[in-house]
Amino acid sequence: MRQLFTISLLFSTLRLATPLVLAAIGGLYSERSGVINIALEGLMLAGAFTAASVTFYASSPSIGLAAAIVAGVAVAVIIALACIRFKADQVVTGTGINIMFLGLPAVLSGALFLSSGSTPQIPKDYLLPTIYQFLERIRPAAFPDWIPRWRILTDVSLITLIALLVVLITAYVLYRTPFGLRLRAVGENPEAADAAGVSVNKIRFIGVILSGALAGIGGAYLSIGQSSLFTRNMTAGRGFIALAALIFGKWRPVQTALACLLFGFADALTIQMQGVAKLPSGEDIPVQFIQMIPYVVTIVVLAGFIGQSRAPKAIGIPYEKER
Amino acid sequence: MKLLREILFPLIAVIAAFVIGGIVVLIIGDSPIQTYKLLIGSAFSWPDGIGYTLFLATPLIFTGLAVAVAFRCGLLNIGAEGQLYIAAFAAAWVGIKFGGISVGLPGAPPVNTPYASLPMLILVPLCCIAAVGAGAIWGGIPGLLKARFGSHEVINTIMLNFIAVALVSYFTQYHYKVPGDAIMQSAEISSKAHIARLGKFIPGLPERIPLNLAFILAILACVFVYVLLWKTKWGYEIRATGQNPSAAEYGGISIRKQIILAMAISGGLAGMVGINEVLGYRYRYYDGFSADYGFVGIAVALLGRNHPVGVFLAAILFAILLRGGIFVDAFTMKVSKDIVQVLLGILIVLVASEAMFRGPLKKFALIKRAKV
Repeated sequence: MRQLFTISLLFSTLRLATPLVLAAIGGLYSERSGVINIALEGLMLAGAFTAASVTFYASSPSIGLAAAIVAGVAVAVIIALACIRFKADQVVTGTGINIMFLGLPAVLSGALFLSSGSTPQIPKDYLLPTIYQFLERIRPAAFPDWIPRWRILTDVSLITLIALLVVLITAYVLYRTPFGLRLRAVGENPEAADAAGVSVNKIRFIGVILSGALAGIGGAYLSIGQSSLFTRNMTAGRGFIALAALIFGKWRPVQTALACLLFGFADALTIQMQGVAKLPSGEDIPVQFIQMIPYVVTIVVLAGFIGQSRAPKAIGIPYEKER
Repeated sequence: MKLLREILFPLIAVIAAFVIGGIVVLIIGDSPIQTYKLLIGSAFSWPDGIGYTLFLATPLIFTGLAVAVAFRCGLLNIGAEGQLYIAAFAAAWVGIKFGGISVGLPGAPPVNTPYASLPMLILVPLCCIAAVGAGAIWGGIPGLLKARFGSHEVINTIMLNFIAVALVSYFTQYHYKVPGDAIMQSAEISSKAHIARLGKFIPGLPERIPLNLAFILAILACVFVYVLLWKTKWGYEIRATGQNPSAAEYGGISIRKQIILAMAISGGLAGMVGINEVLGYRYRYYDGFSADYGFVGIAVALLGRNHPVGVFLAAILFAILLRGGIFVDAFTMKVSKDIVQVLLGILIVLVASEAMFRGPLKKFALIKRAKV
């Protein structure tokens, strides 16, 4: 078992947790404001596909990343319009968006690249850089000479660093700023927030749009960071795992990020254990059982066996202003 | 007026979805009219078009009914997908283990030996019971969790979907696959567990078209759900719980019991997809067979207004699109069959955002009244 727990496992955990963290924190903004976001999966797919196609044409990962954010926000606006303006059922809307984005990238890639669901390979130079590559690129002359020696520590994607910052900023915004207070108030007790002069629907709109932007970045990381093209349904349920992490983390930023790390670790372990780890009887441990861990954990947590996880009180209920 | 509204809003949503989808097709650079001609027109030829359309509608009727029953109790069952996977595997398992099938290569020692070799008259019902029972259990779990711990059924059903897929894939890969088979599928079930294809009874319908007795079962299931919900005490209690839980509880109805019951019935209905798939079509469990039937079922129920008749019609409509998708793939330049999923997604969002149409319509009605 010892060779399993290496530094590469740690880094693979970080890599796999990055998109989860971004999507889960995105979901946090939406859900703390009182709008369930089942559509994280669809938002990530939108971001991933847009990032890959735009990067392919523009040959620039930063334009690709920006486009992914725009795509995430655009889809989020649809969700917000449906759920907030037209008071649609939030779960149903989210499911619709998820189904739509199983199909739309495939339709568009068919039209743009004459392929059935994937984008062309993007050259290595146009992918989102690691911290190392980034430092190398911005200051080639004054490249600090200690960096190469610590290369292993800087060999994670720049997006991983951004994800970390997002968590810290979110923790600050949520608990230390007026906006954070309003966001929480709108999700817990919209009537009281409204009475205090907060525009419930406006705050919720912002919450949903932030979730679109962050899930879009998460998607971009998948297609032009971790991989070098978009493939059909490449999120493979990560949007739902992010949702699970959000619940496991009790809708709090730092705990949610830790839950993402845990699920990322389970994922990394699955990859490393294939054919390595054996049961005492000498058989392989079936990967399916490791894959199940995050989902089982979520159910157990929700049932209250490992501490209570309480959702924002007004979640899922469209706000009806009294007249 | 109520009936008109029940039909009018879904109709407007369908038309609006087609218009938006048409714009997407136009942007991509194909003709929307030609695409829709292929998409809808391909379903009406005899025997292939109609046969395949009804075959594709069968699982959607089951999942649509499943979602509708849960909806009527105020629950959203996103877990039909997981329930039908577990159920399909259960049906195949019974068809193998009680059908006298040894899993293994001929000549080599078997991986898995059967318990019994039952005659058809017992084996087929047993397989059906296994499918419905497994689905009911898998659906009942989130019901129980909600009733006992108050945890939300939406999250639990999503989680159980993933667990179901992993579990069934484990059993297929490690215990019920013929060794060396490159495809993730179980061994074939006993021929005594097959149910007849409708081609056997209908002249002119060849038996290669997989439309089978499960379609008749689907129609019966529609009748069953109608009778259950509107003609029995159970159904009354389920609907009362869905409409106003506190009033229902005050009236002496145990909400917890209704939640578990509704989810179990819902899961059982979803599980019937396994009968169509395993006993009537592929005669084995095929990993990943479901084309999102569970999720499309949500759209079917929504468009069908959670009523069996509506569910039936909506399932047929979606099946027409799914069937037509194949021809869109083959005969248009750029649009692929995935446009069907886009249309479905747009449709779900539009149906959910009913208020969007209601507002303008109300204004329209007011204007008319003012003129009079």
